[in-house]
Amino acid sequence: MLRAVLKSGGLLFVFTVVSIFFVSLTQTNTKDVITYNEKQLLIQRLGELVGGYSNDILADKYTKTLKLHKITQVVNIYPAKNNHKIFAYLIEHTYPNGYNGDIRLLTGIGVDKKLLGVRVITHKETPGLGDKIELKKSNWIEQFLGLSLSNPSKKNWKVKRDGGTFDAFTGATITPRAIITATYQVLELLNKPCSLSKKPCN
Amino acid sequence: MNDYTKIIKNGLWNNNQALVALLGLCPLLAVTNNIVNAIGLGLATTFVLVASNISVSIFRHQISKEIRIPIFVLLIASFVTIVELLMQSYFYDLYLILGIFVPLIVTNCAILGRAEAFASKNTWGKSALDGLMMGVGFSIVLIALGAMRELIGSGTLFDQSALLLGDLGNTLSVTVFENYQGTLLAILPPGAFIGLGLIVAMKNRYDLRGIKS
Repeated sequence: MLRAVLKSGGLLFVFTVVSIFFVSLTQTNTKDVITYNEKQLLIQRLGELVGGYSNDILADKYTKTLKLHKITQVVNIYPAKNNHKIFAYLIEHTYPNGYNGDIRLLTGIGVDKKLLGVRVITHKETPGLGDKIELKKSNWIEQFLGLSLSNPSKKNWKVKRDGGTFDAFTGATITPRAIITATYQVLELLNKPCSLSKKPCN
Repeated sequence: MNDYTKIIKNGLWNNNQALVALLGLCPLLAVTNNIVNAIGLGLATTFVLVASNISVSIFRHQISKEIRIPIFVLLIASFVTIVELLMQSYFYDLYLILGIFVPLIVTNCAILGRAEAFASKNTWGKSALDGLMMGVGFSIVLIALGAMRELIGSGTLFDQSALLLGDLGNTLSVTVFENYQGTLLAILPPGAFIGLGLIVAMKNRYDLRGIKS
């Protein structure tokens, strides 16, 4: 009886060690490629919103804990610099009230307080309806370019159905509403300049 | 009919894991909203099936009966992790779409089922063929369902195949119906159930042809 237990235990041990060996081997060999892929994707996404920066935008990233979209969240900020002067901020944040939960967004704002654009990083909106917020499905998301807190005025930062100036797409209202609200609330951060700067607010 | 032809026939048709055994439905129903996803998951599943079948059959005399299931699961989970890492390095765009479904291959009962029912009793050559044929059979169903849902749901075929094939893929993508508004039902989970149901029904109908009631 004891022999059988020991034998089974030993066998399980051997199989575990061998499996771990092969998984670690693959992991060590793919680690660099995977990090590279993740970085490239991020650079590509950032590049869609801002060009002509001369700094290492990923290395200059910093995080801030802000109260945004009615929750306290950690926001990633990528400053785009030219000649060591920041000319735009790319803000990665989460809007928690999509049709189906969290929508992760990247919002680009220039120092002139105008939007450089908005991109959706991840979302769980309905395929075929709400996913038109993705650039590869529809160009809806591109209409934010150049807008600011005062253009259009606050009461027009809504979908047309709610009396605003933004088109919603057929079959989905909650998703566009969410993106518009999220974008406006990010712009509102500009009212408190310290919230985007690297130094903490007092 | 020799053993090998029997294995091929079982895998592709008579004991098709998706249509007859109805195993592995979780990934099957989840990723089949277009052909490219279906091919990606089909390839990954086939690879894991072959690898797990071969390793289980090689060690079948050493693995004692009491601990066979934990060992099978351990082997399958290791192969899935390896596939996931490889996919992350070489098919990163596809990984971003299939990402959450790749780890779920571990829970695909078809793989554990073949390890237990076939590979633990047969030589490694036969087990490899069995794994391959079961995998191909499963993939064919994935692709058929993917094609059906993509065509009805979005009016395209092979959309986004660049994720799998690079630039070559762009030439493959076909828009079958121009300005098609889409049929949401086909893209959402119920479409997968209805589609699979239809395919199973067609297979049974074909098998029963000629048999008078």
